Amino acid sequence: MTHIDGSDQRGAKPRQTLSTLLYSKSFRTAVTQVVMAAVVIFIGLFLYQNVVENLRAQNIATGFGFLEQTSQFDIGEKMITYSARDSYGRAFVVGLLNTLSVSAAGIFLATLIGFTVGISRISSNWLLSKVATGYVEIVRNIPVILQVIFWSVLLRNLPNARNAVEVYGVGFLTNRGLTFAVPATHPIHSTMGIALVAGIVLAILGSIWARRHRESTGTYVNMLWPSIGLVIGLPVLAWLFGGAPTAISYPVQKGFNFQGGVTISPEFTALLIGIALYASGFIAEIVRAGLQATPKGQIEAARSMGFRPWFVTRYVVLPQALRVIVPPLTSQYVSLIKNSSIAVVVGYPDLVNIGNTVMNQTGQAVEAIAVMMLVYLTISLITSTFMNFYNRLVAIKER
Amino acid sequence: MSNIIAQTQSPSPSPSPSPSPSQRLDQGPMIKLRDVSKWYGHFQVLHDVSLDVRKGERVVICGPSGSGKSTLIRCINRLEEHQKGEIIVNGIEMTDNVKNIEKIRRNIGMVFQSFNLFPHLNVLDNLTIGPMLVRHMKKKDAEELAMQFLEKVRIPEQAQKYPLQLSGGQQQRVAIARSLCMQPEIMLFDEPTSALDPEMIKEVLDTMIELADSGMTMICVTHEMGFARTVADNVILMADGKTVESGTPEEFFGNPKNPRTRLFLEQILKH
Amino acid sequence: MTTQSQHAPKMATPLEPVMQFDPNAKVPFAKWVQKHLFTSLWQSLMTLVVAALLLRFAWFVLKWGVIDAVFYTPDPDVCRAAAGACWAVIVEKHRPMLFGLYPYDEHWRLVIMMVVYLSTIVASLMPKLWNFKILIPLWILSVTSIGILMFGGVLGLVYVPTSEWGGLPLTMILFSGTVLIGMPVAVVLALGRRSPMPVARGVSVVFIEALRGVPLITILFVAVNVFPLFLPAGVEVNKLLRITVGIAIFFACYQAEVIRGGLQAIPTGQYEAAASLNMSYWQTTRKIILPQALRISLPAITNHIIAAMKNTSFVIIIGLFDILTATTAVMQDPLWRRYYIEAYLFVAAVYLFFGYALSLYARQVEKWINSGRI
Repeated sequence: MTHIDGSDQRGAKPRQTLSTLLYSKSFRTAVTQVVMAAVVIFIGLFLYQNVVENLRAQNIATGFGFLEQTSQFDIGEKMITYSARDSYGRAFVVGLLNTLSVSAAGIFLATLIGFTVGISRISSNWLLSKVATGYVEIVRNIPVILQVIFWSVLLRNLPNARNAVEVYGVGFLTNRGLTFAVPATHPIHSTMGIALVAGIVLAILGSIWARRHRESTGTYVNMLWPSIGLVIGLPVLAWLFGGAPTAISYPVQKGFNFQGGVTISPEFTALLIGIALYASGFIAEIVRAGLQATPKGQIEAARSMGFRPWFVTRYVVLPQALRVIVPPLTSQYVSLIKNSSIAVVVGYPDLVNIGNTVMNQTGQAVEAIAVMMLVYLTISLITSTFMNFYNRLVAIKER
Repeated sequence: MSNIIAQTQSPSPSPSPSPSPSQRLDQGPMIKLRDVSKWYGHFQVLHDVSLDVRKGERVVICGPSGSGKSTLIRCINRLEEHQKGEIIVNGIEMTDNVKNIEKIRRNIGMVFQSFNLFPHLNVLDNLTIGPMLVRHMKKKDAEELAMQFLEKVRIPEQAQKYPLQLSGGQQQRVAIARSLCMQPEIMLFDEPTSALDPEMIKEVLDTMIELADSGMTMICVTHEMGFARTVADNVILMADGKTVESGTPEEFFGNPKNPRTRLFLEQILKH
Repeated sequence: MTTQSQHAPKMATPLEPVMQFDPNAKVPFAKWVQKHLFTSLWQSLMTLVVAALLLRFAWFVLKWGVIDAVFYTPDPDVCRAAAGACWAVIVEKHRPMLFGLYPYDEHWRLVIMMVVYLSTIVASLMPKLWNFKILIPLWILSVTSIGILMFGGVLGLVYVPTSEWGGLPLTMILFSGTVLIGMPVAVVLALGRRSPMPVARGVSVVFIEALRGVPLITILFVAVNVFPLFLPAGVEVNKLLRITVGIAIFFACYQAEVIRGGLQAIPTGQYEAAASLNMSYWQTTRKIILPQALRISLPAITNHIIAAMKNTSFVIIIGLFDILTATTAVMQDPLWRRYYIEAYLFVAAVYLFFGYALSLYARQVEKWINSGRI
């Protein structure tokens, strides 16, 4: 509310008595707010004081100094070097990286399955869409934690290495995880990685050029196949230049374990499958809603104007679908990341699992939980910033 | 036309059906607006508007859209806050004093362009909710009162229906009855017929005319010039937040002083 | 104007192109199959592949789950010998799975409790009984009797502390506690976020966004490990209660956003009409705004209520013996642990059943709202 001229006009009134003040709406609003703020601050102070006193009484240290102390516990899975002699702080970093890696894999898998199922849901094939619907209803309505535990028990009950289940000659399923063959390490691999990134960048630049070209000359250049060619072709070229190494590291059974190849731990796998399948059900529904957001009439109109099907998809359906899909999809990704925090039930050392260990060892529950919460809050905040940015981008295009 | 509405709603002896204006309007002003101004940000919607409305007087305010006429009557029961000048109703000044706002609103009923009935309540509950919550009436008494007013607006048979099952005209009559259930002395109408299909306008205007004949003090923002001509004691034209012309229907329509009034009348009467 | 249009009488849908045949006649089955399954070569191929996979799966389920399955035996060796499912594990272990750590001899109390609980809920969901004169005594009666049954200690019943509660009754208590505590908190938070007062708005926004930004587990950790520190020395709050409140507040933050959406959908005319009738802020909110906002956001509210039911399973992490924890514990039994698939399928079925029942009911409520019945 703007109060131009209002206040001084009232101020000039001689009838500004106590009762008019008490019944004044703005006065009441102000008082209510001051009281509210006071109550919040008072509760905050009260709780803070209690915490401080309780901690002192129980002889528990406060502050984040413990992050520097030696942790004295080892972690099974780590992406950076870490040993029991490293600090609690480093243990948290190991946990965070594990959280991020299982989340990244989960997001990839959930998106893949979710889009497949979501597209199947609106298929004109009755049978396929019913099967997809059944899948969605089941994975969405069973608690994620039950799903994760189920996969974990299933994996743990797989045979041991001696009786490993062989998967089409490329890998083995055992109670120690999934072991599969990978190309033997070769120096050209890093070059291939760079080539892949370069391919993606060139493909993006190419499509920007194509759009400019179309806008200025009116000639349409289909960049779909050139883009695919760049993204796949450049790494392949790099591989050929490197002498086309074909050596593959096969897993070989040695005693109770395998040598060679790559092994994904059962903990990681169970958590990954559990959270990814759960999220895929929600993603499928988001994709379905997004694809149905484009009215049939528009597609028919575009077709009747002689646009090719690919062109219709690229310039009519996708832009509208993405506008509907991206915001809820992003928040699904965030909840997948948050769901990865149930890792502790299967023993995967994610941030919360390690935080839990730290909490039990040091007794500094407040600080340990604060670290966990802050990390997740940061992830959520970054996501919502991205989302606001995206929404603004879409909104500008709308006009 | 009859004065039936007045008999139930006005505790004071009801005025005779159609006394001459001088007889009806001999008391001092019931609503007094002095130099009322209001801004939306830097845009001034009302420029020092002054207006007197006496008991029983019927005022029609018209003007092009954006002229501030709706804002003006919404200031009278503080759906909008004015920032300068004074609004005095029944001797009580409208300030941000909650008690005063309550006292003033108790005497004012309001009818909106889009009816604003409560869609989750049926017609009868729409009418009784005010008396029960605000006047602490018993449910039975409130329902009796509501049925009386539904009969006045001639839709007692719709009492159990939900607002959106009714036609626009019926909804607006329910809205009028809902305001009357609070037994106000003043009724404000904010373009009550603008959202209606042409064939429904008449039924609402008839209800308003009956209400006027019963001696109700009324301020109507409307473009219904026929209504203004037959019912109004005072017709006002607003433009750009100012009162441009004010006078009896005879003066206003017969001999407007301001060229803007003439222009406005030409435009509106062309249709 | 969403609610308003919900009450509107149904518009006649424009007629389809004039039909040459009786519209009531059923489409011939062969035609239907052709239209939905075999429109093109690609479609037909897909249908065949999906059908083949589906049939294979169905056959597997039938063979494993019914033909080769063992339905009842107290002897795990019988199950070992069989090729199919061992449903006997559920028969054999249903009591520890359903009732957790609760003293074995007192399980009858939990059976009565569940009957009381479910009938109270079912009764409360019937619009016919939506009358405070019926519901309040009903709830007082059933909450008291559930309390007496669960705790005991009176009427000659053995006292059972909350640490020994478990299984499905615990899941039920956690779930209804979450909804009963969470919904009012959600409404307050939503109103706070929509308040014209900056302080109320600020507090609500920070609270909602902070809690929505962290996983439920961290809140459970707070409830278990940090909350006791908040209290003055000597004061203790029951762990079950702390956890219920934790889940409830987490639930409330999500629900608050849903309700806020409903509040935003209410046209300002509704506030103005209430103001012109001289109704106060709380009268307007209670009688005019909230009823409409809750109706508008009902579908989303139901989704979060179902999510709350699933979320009760998170208590396994902090060691409460809900149905999932109890089942996991039972599956440590070396004689029966091989049949974990059957046991977890049973638990999943319980969740699916209640989730499905809730969503069916919600659909029914939506129908009632649209037809103006409530």
